[in-house]
Amino acid sequence: MEIKVVKNILGANDQIAGKNRQLFDSNQVFVVNVMASPGAGKTSVIMETIKRLKGKTRVGVVEGDISSSLDAEAIGKEDVPVVQINTGGECHLDASMTASALGDLPLNDIDLLLIENVGNLVCPAEFRIGEDIRILIASTPEGDDKPFKYPLMFHEADVVLINKIDLLPYLKFDVNAFTQTIRGINQKVKIFPVSCTTGEGIEEWVSWLLGRMEKS
Amino acid sequence: MHELAITQSMLDLVLKQAEEAEAEKVGKINLVLGEMTGVVGRCVQFYFDFLSKGTLAEGAALNFKVILTTAKCQNCHKEFELGEFDWTCPHCQSNNIEITGGKELFVESIEVD
Repeated sequence: MEIKVVKNILGANDQIAGKNRQLFDSNQVFVVNVMASPGAGKTSVIMETIKRLKGKTRVGVVEGDISSSLDAEAIGKEDVPVVQINTGGECHLDASMTASALGDLPLNDIDLLLIENVGNLVCPAEFRIGEDIRILIASTPEGDDKPFKYPLMFHEADVVLINKIDLLPYLKFDVNAFTQTIRGINQKVKIFPVSCTTGEGIEEWVSWLLGRMEKS
Repeated sequence: MHELAITQSMLDLVLKQAEEAEAEKVGKINLVLGEMTGVVGRCVQFYFDFLSKGTLAEGAALNFKVILTTAKCQNCHKEFELGEFDWTCPHCQSNNIEITGGKELFVESIEVD
């Protein structure tokens, strides 16, 4: 006997992501899912964002890593609430792992929650965690051909930060071609060239983020 | 590597459907995988053989229908398959396109006894 199913394999994850979403909404928390390959600068972007938001909005951070708490310790120095999730081998955060961390955060005292996903350009794209927006950090040394290799990630991103633009003089990275490729498949995307080392472009990204938070 | 979580989720879904139908055994699972998801059928099969042991679905055949990544040109409105390193429309060369297929990831049907 054949049974028609036609159900999304990740439907269970999406349901839990919906519950996270409700919890965020009831506490008026704006949630950003930060995705990138390892070493692209997720933690640096989070640190720079926190520094510029001091006194403007209350930030909290969830750090997702396969193992270690190095990133959480670095961010803890910025005096914001931070929780570490060690996925224990899983290559992405899913909605239930995220839910397990939320109890350890004072959601009532947080306006903006930055969730750093596991460094990976494939798996995190599939798993919703209850976020408002998904940002992708693509760094210039990775090369400008990455959208072709990881189309889903670039298609799903609301924002792309092109990080490490201070290295452009030393690299064959065509910012215009890269931007055009992404916009081709993702017309709604916002793109900000930034450098966490020189601070260039960070102000533009942070002002846009504050504006976006006000709209929600 | 996301195949482990995806296979577990797929197995949970299949077992729930099979139990609701009061099935004794799942013989076949028909899956639809979009190319863009990057889910590798061979890996799903590997994890499935391991995870399904001792369940109604042990030994079930997995059938994969792969959907290629397709796009619709926003300029000339024609549909085409997305090239590996060329995302311009082959008909009018516009690079303003909308992805229309390749993100699928679902269980289409199961065959049970």
